[in-house]
Amino acid sequence: MSDREEILALLRENARYSTEDLARQTGLDAAEVEAVVEELESEGVIKGYQAVVDWDKVEPERVRAAVELNVTLDRETGYDDIAERLAKFPEVQGLRLVSGDYDFAMEVEGDSMSQVSRFISEKVAPVPEITQTVTHYIMESYKERGVEFGDGHDDDRLSISP
Amino acid sequence: MTFEPSERVAGVPPSGIRRFFEIAEEYDDIISLGVGEPDFAPPWAARDAAIASLERGQTSYTANRGMAELRERIAVDARERYGLDYDPDEEIIVTSGASEAVDLAFRAFLDPGDRVAVAQPCYISYTPGVEFAGADVIDVPTRAADEFKLTREALEASGAAEADALVMCYPNNPTGATMTREELKPVAAFAREHDLLVFSDEIYSELSYEHEHASIATLAGMRERTVVFNGFSKAYAMTGLRLGYALAPPEAIDAMNRIHQYTMLSAPTTAQYAAVEALESCGDEVREMRAEYDRRRNFVLSRFEEMGIDCFPAAGAFYAFPECPWEDSDEFAEALIEEKRVAVVPGNVFGAGGQGHLRVSYATSLGDLKEAMARIESFIA
Repeated sequence: MSDREEILALLRENARYSTEDLARQTGLDAAEVEAVVEELESEGVIKGYQAVVDWDKVEPERVRAAVELNVTLDRETGYDDIAERLAKFPEVQGLRLVSGDYDFAMEVEGDSMSQVSRFISEKVAPVPEITQTVTHYIMESYKERGVEFGDGHDDDRLSISP
Repeated sequence: MTFEPSERVAGVPPSGIRRFFEIAEEYDDIISLGVGEPDFAPPWAARDAAIASLERGQTSYTANRGMAELRERIAVDARERYGLDYDPDEEIIVTSGASEAVDLAFRAFLDPGDRVAVAQPCYISYTPGVEFAGADVIDVPTRAADEFKLTREALEASGAAEADALVMCYPNNPTGATMTREELKPVAAFAREHDLLVFSDEIYSELSYEHEHASIATLAGMRERTVVFNGFSKAYAMTGLRLGYALAPPEAIDAMNRIHQYTMLSAPTTAQYAAVEALESCGDEVREMRAEYDRRRNFVLSRFEEMGIDCFPAAGAFYAFPECPWEDSDEFAEALIEEKRVAVVPGNVFGAGGQGHLRVSYATSLGDLKEAMARIESFIA
């Protein structure tokens, strides 16, 4: 693995590793690590750093939904145009063009079910190119961005072994 | 008649690691760097193959030497990865862990009065195993100055020229030392000159970080005098499934199998199914585990350096073997548990050359390693 790949893998594992810890794990020195991270950021490879939150443990709970969108395109409007418009809404946390039965997979977040519903019916559905929306409210999260929820598995190994 | 242990058993003291385990067990809040097994689960495909074999009810004995399909896969793997060329029908035996294979070899080839040179510090079973077989051990201490590699000088100085056999383990538990092909050559020459059998435990062969693992059996004139031990515990994190194997010339495997067929019959069947799948499809998982261990190794070695603790750059297995800041590593390790709730294993448990060192296992999450290292740092401050 190149230094870039290695640093990227470690930051994806834990974006809060300190420069020193990244250096200790990769065998690079701190200045080299900083240079690689800076390069990844300035090239736009790393777009940001965020906490992975278990909303079940937070008051007030956030309501999230996965929304399927079907669209029709015309001469003037492409996928990018529609995406650009939708991505501007702060409620939209994720937006991806996907293959299969529908066109966009959208992730929406709000304070309550009614707020999310209103957002879909008042802001998304009226977009002229959107022909259909299917909203799936998220009921339980087991894993987000590679992080398993729950209490983690217990280490059942003997504390000392040969 | 009473249950008076036989002379052979009475002569072997209880394992020093056991005492330490009991101390550690008194606390429920320790971070343990004393664990000699992986912290990963076996690759899913291997576990799934075991489950599927159970569902099909495939739980009968296998051939004494192990399932033919497994021996064939082992042969291919050993050839492709290490250049070890062994015939699956006559030169491979599958055992209940590499430990059984080691025991079989000792019992098959040692007679009372035979002498066995054991390179140390080493896994705790070799010396008792040799003694259970009625033979005598010649301690061959390796040194931190040699990065715990076995050298011709160490063999000569300890009187190994008089031995009938040599036991060695690289990558090494507890030191994390490895040996390159070049470094093995003088050892091989010594074994040839003094006509030693070589018992080479290569259970950590997949965990070599600085260079390709080299097996002494691939050096000139060594195949005919070497038994190679390996298994699935470390590479595939299958310790509790108890599956290992030995590679050796037909007459050696034949003799080992004579004990095995009367005592063990065959290695665990479920584990053999898991092992077939592990060899067939789990190479990526092994590479990922190795990369993860390597990052932790770098981390641990860097931290010791920052603390001013001398530690040679261990290049294999999942152990570092730093110098103990105190003279008595037993006392240090005990105090470290009591005061800081961090468990490491004192080096003297692993035989000659181990005193004054600590075995630190990094088969533990990076979060725990960070915390444990911080505690060690504050302990010695």
